[in-house]
Amino acid sequence: MFKSINPIVFTLAFTSGFIIMAIELLGGRILAPYFGSSIYVWGSIISIFMLSLAVGYLLGGRISLHRPNLFRYGLFFVIAAITLLPTVMFGEQLMDNVFLHIEDPRYGSLVASVGLFFLPIAVLGMIAPYSVRLLVENSHHSGQVAGILYFVSTLGSALGTLLTSFYLVLWFEVNSILLTMVAVLTLSGVSAIVYNLQMRKRQALTQAVAR
Amino acid sequence: MNRLWTELKVLLLITLSLNALHANGETVIHEEKSLYRNIEVKETETRRCLVFAVKRGDRNQTCINLSRPERVVFPYVRMTFAGLLLNPEPASILIVGLGGGTIPTVLSEILPKTTIHVVEIDEAVVRVAKKYFAFEETDRMKVFVQDARVYIKRALLRKQHYDLVILDAFTGDYIPEHLMTQEFLEEVRGLLLDDGVLVANTFSTSKLYGHESATYSIVFGEFFNFKMPITGNRVIVTQVGADSVLPETKLLQDRANRLSGPFTRYAVNIDDFPRYMRRVKDWDTNVRPLTDQFSPANLLRGD
Repeated sequence: MFKSINPIVFTLAFTSGFIIMAIELLGGRILAPYFGSSIYVWGSIISIFMLSLAVGYLLGGRISLHRPNLFRYGLFFVIAAITLLPTVMFGEQLMDNVFLHIEDPRYGSLVASVGLFFLPIAVLGMIAPYSVRLLVENSHHSGQVAGILYFVSTLGSALGTLLTSFYLVLWFEVNSILLTMVAVLTLSGVSAIVYNLQMRKRQALTQAVAR
Repeated sequence: MNRLWTELKVLLLITLSLNALHANGETVIHEEKSLYRNIEVKETETRRCLVFAVKRGDRNQTCINLSRPERVVFPYVRMTFAGLLLNPEPASILIVGLGGGTIPTVLSEILPKTTIHVVEIDEAVVRVAKKYFAFEETDRMKVFVQDARVYIKRALLRKQHYDLVILDAFTGDYIPEHLMTQEFLEEVRGLLLDDGVLVANTFSTSKLYGHESATYSIVFGEFFNFKMPITGNRVIVTQVGADSVLPETKLLQDRANRLSGPFTRYAVNIDDFPRYMRRVKDWDTNVRPLTDQFSPANLLRGD
């Protein structure tokens, strides 16, 4: 067992950074058959990702005020995995509908991006501020903790972008990559939850012994 | 101050003339950055070319012979007219990718009653084709500035159909990957009427050759794998329909002989085509076809 939960939080923050950018890149692939691959399709995807993350940061920070723990942190990953599933399963139906109702591919791709990505990416956005809260022990070093955290998760994002665009799309189908990400998110979340439960058990035991 | 000014003027002049005059007497007569690419129109004494400029080796998209502008300069452009050997009188044609407009211009002259629709993603290309390559829109010939995938999906919804579809959307440097998948070709097939003809200018080298061939095979079955010794391009020519049997070489040759008259002034040696239109599958048939789920065309091209 680790002395602190920090290595777990850093690993998971790296993973979420990786996955956010991998999904963003695959977004271009997902939308292209319906809306083309023009610059405005990328504009839609990037805007919606930024917006979703912004909402996620706000919510994650708010939730971190109340008894922050690794159990809830793990739950974010599991929820992100669950909200990503419909993108894989019903993405095409959604885009079919948007395509039928919106003639302009700019607004079509924008609306489709909201439907496909808003929920999972907003939930993934909650992870960043919550990570800071789990890592910070006092306000004096909070800036440094946030710095290291951004470093780790942005490094994950860089790697996610690079691996996806250089290799993953060459080796696997888009849906296989997305489903693997669902699996990785679930596994990450469950690990955090299990670790947290064991930690609680141990604490209870230590307290009992102390008495 | 004055001297500095003179020096600046000299420097400016040198830069301007260097820009205007390339090594072999080429002059750049038009230059613009569009949303998708850098476009140049270059001219020598005999030729004017539309160039999609990149640092490493420019790609000529279309060239015209200035003294005989009706002549088709590039062999692969000539080869796209092979579609007429499968259906000599299409009532409607869809062309994906405008370039300098050579293909639609020649077709509209050869087939004066045919309706021609062209889809081009880049508005700047349409402007340049009109201004420098004598491309004209008429009642029978219309250009739609749109992504081809989007255009074709909408055309299917409108239940629109064509007798001949010509795919020529690839610039050589970048492939729009969503226009090279099985799903896309199925949509194109949906646009074709019975006995409709498909012509596609494709890549003939790199790993992509096998993947692309496999993709066309899945959607259209057998096709003419049309290659000529003078060019590295491969043009796919095929026909859809109930019997889905490709015409015999003799029939192609008969039609080619009839068409060779009208095509002479365009320097299109169409009567040479049939003997190069083979059905040999000279690619690795075990490779994966490209789909919307798996379409790394640009990466495969690098290999």
